[in-house]
Amino acid sequence: MASTQTSGTVPAFLNQNPKDRIFVLGVPLPLLERVGLYALLAAVVVLPMVYDGYDIYEFGKILMYMLAVLGLNLLTGFNGQFSLGHSAFFAVGAYSTAIMMEQLGMPYWTTIIPAAIVCFVAGFLFGLPALRLDGLFLALATFALAIATPQLLKYDGIAHLTGGVQGIVLDTPYPPVWVDSIVQSITGEELSVDRWKYMFTAFVAVIMFAGAWNLVHSRTGRALIAIRDNPLSAKTMGINTSIFKSAAFGVSAMYTGVAGSLFAIMDEYLAPESFTFAEAIKFLVGGVVGGIASLFGAIFGGWFVLEIPNFADLVATSLENYINNPQGLTGLIYGLFLIFTVYVMPMGAAGLAQILVHRISTKR
Amino acid sequence: MDLFIEQTVSGLATGAIYACLALAVVMIYQAIDHFNFAQGEMAMFSTYIAWYLMDDAGLGLPFWVAFVVCIVISFIGGAAIERIVFAPISDAPVLSHIIVFIALFSMFNSLAGFLFDFTPKNFETPFGHTPFIEGVISSHRVGMIAVTLVMLGMIYAFFRFTPIGLAMRAAAAAPESARLVGVRVGFMLALGWGLAASVGAVAGMLIAPITFLTPDMMLGTLLYGFAGAVVGGLTSPLGAVIGGFMVGILENWMGTFVVGSQLKLTVALVLIIVVLLVKPAGLLGRVVVKRV
Repeated sequence: MASTQTSGTVPAFLNQNPKDRIFVLGVPLPLLERVGLYALLAAVVVLPMVYDGYDIYEFGKILMYMLAVLGLNLLTGFNGQFSLGHSAFFAVGAYSTAIMMEQLGMPYWTTIIPAAIVCFVAGFLFGLPALRLDGLFLALATFALAIATPQLLKYDGIAHLTGGVQGIVLDTPYPPVWVDSIVQSITGEELSVDRWKYMFTAFVAVIMFAGAWNLVHSRTGRALIAIRDNPLSAKTMGINTSIFKSAAFGVSAMYTGVAGSLFAIMDEYLAPESFTFAEAIKFLVGGVVGGIASLFGAIFGGWFVLEIPNFADLVATSLENYINNPQGLTGLIYGLFLIFTVYVMPMGAAGLAQILVHRISTKR
Repeated sequence: MDLFIEQTVSGLATGAIYACLALAVVMIYQAIDHFNFAQGEMAMFSTYIAWYLMDDAGLGLPFWVAFVVCIVISFIGGAAIERIVFAPISDAPVLSHIIVFIALFSMFNSLAGFLFDFTPKNFETPFGHTPFIEGVISSHRVGMIAVTLVMLGMIYAFFRFTPIGLAMRAAAAAPESARLVGVRVGFMLALGWGLAASVGAVAGMLIAPITFLTPDMMLGTLLYGFAGAVVGGLTSPLGAVIGGFMVGILENWMGTFVVGSQLKLTVALVLIIVVLLVKPAGLLGRVVVKRV
C-alpha cells in the first residue's frame, strides 16, 4: 500500500518498472541514472575547454574505445553471442573510412555513415553462418577471423586500396571554418586540431551511445535480452530469433566499425598491425572488466584499456633497472585483471556498482 | 609435378605439427568441453623454456636433455594451470572459461616477450637442415614427422594399454560414473592438461627451427591446429591427427597452386567455418545429440 501512496510524489516516467521502487539515499534509482548520464555528458562537453594537446587526444581515444567495447557489449552482454573477432570489424570500419577518403576523395566527416553501413552489412553477413554456431564454436570462428584479418589486409590483390603492409596515411581532419570562427569569437583562440578531433569523436560517440541506450531499453532490446536468457522461450513468444541474432551481430559490428573509422581519423594513419588479435583482446578486456551487460560498463572499459598501457609504462619506468622489456607488462596486466574479474566480480565494475547500490538502497 | 610432390611432402611435415596441436586441443576439449585458445601460447612458452635450457646464456644443455626436461616442466605447468586456474571455475558459464583462456593467452604472450625479449631467436635442430631427399624434403622435416609419429604412438599406447590411460578416458567420457567407481576425476583432468601441454611443447620445439622463436610464432599454427581438430572431429583424437596432416597438405596446395602464400590463414578461417556449418562432427567425430 505504501508504494501506491509514495508514487504520487515521483514523476510518472519513473513509475514503470521494479527499479523505480529502489531508492538510493532517498533518490529513486532511475533518476540517479539519468543524473549520472547528464553529468557524464556535461563532462564530455567541458573537457575540451580545459584540456588540449595530447591530453584531449587521450580522452578522444577513451570515447573511441568506449564505442568499440559498446559494440561487443551489445553482442555478448545483451544478446549472448561471443566474439573474439571484433578487431576484424574495427578494421573494416577503419579501412572503409580510409579508402573513401583516399580513393574517392570524400571529406572525413562524410565517411562515418557509409562506413557504419558497410560494417553493419559485414556483421550481418557474418552473423548469418554464426546463427548455426552456438557459444564455443562461434568463439572459435571469430577467433579464426581475428587471426586471419591482418594477413588479409596485407594481401597484394587489394594492396592498391589498402596500401598493403605500409598502410595508409590520411589527411589531417582540420576543423571546419564555421566551427573555428564560432570558437574564435568566443575564446579569441584558434581551435586546435587535437581539440577538434576530440569534439568530432565526442559528437559521434554521444549520438551512438544514446542510440545504444534507446535500443537496449526498447522492445527490440528486450527481445535481444530474451534471446540471451532463453532462446527457446523467446522463440515461443514470437521473436524471430534468426533475424534478431543476425541484426545484433550487424549492429555490434557497426558500433565497433564506427570506432574503427574514428580511430583512422584521429590517428591519420592505419596499418594492418593495428588490427591484430591483440586488439580483439583489448575489446574483450574492456567489456569484461567494465561489465559485459552494461552500457556504463563500456565507458569504464574504454578508459581501462587505454589507461593500463600508460600504467604499465609508469611501472616500467619506475623499475627501469629491473625490467628490460616493459612492453610485455601490458598484456600481463590485462590477463591478470581478466582472471581477477572472472573470479571476484563476474559482472565487472558495473556489477560491483550495482551491488553497492543495493547495499545502500532502500525499497519502498 | 616435382613442385607438387615437394609441396605435398613438406605439407606432411608441417601437418605433423598441426596434428600435435590438434591432438592437444582435442584432449582438453574432451576433458572439459572447451577449446584451449591458449594452447599455442603455452606451446610457445614451453619452447622458450627449452631455448633457455639450451642456450649458452642459459644452462647450455644438449638438445635431447633440454627436450626431455622441457616436456617435464610443461607437464607440471599444464597440470598446475588446471588445478590453480580452472578447477575453481569448473561450474562457471562458457563466457568465463573463454575469458580465462584469453587471459592466459595474453599473459603467456607478453610474459615471453617480457622475460626473453621480442627479437626472433634461432632454435637449434638436432636433425640439421641438410636435404634428406634432394629437392623434396630436408632432414629436419623428416625428423619432425618421425618424432610426431613416435609421440602419437606412445600416446595411443598410454591411453589404450595402461590403467591410468583407461581412468583418464573414463573421467573424460563420464565424470560422475568414473567418480563412483573410484577414479579421481580432478586428478585425471590435471593429468590431461599436463599431457596436452607436453604435446604442445613438442610441437613448439619442432616448428621453432623453421619459423624462428618469437612470442607470436604459434598464432597461425594454432589456427591450423584448430582447423585440423575441426576437420577430423572434435571428439576423436585419431580424427584430429588425421585432420592435422590433411590441413598441412591442404595449406601447401592452396598456398602454392590456388590462392598464393598471402591468404593461407584465410584458408584456415574458411575451412573452420565451412566444416562447422556443413559437418560439425568432422570426419571421425561422433554426432552430438542434445536434448532440449
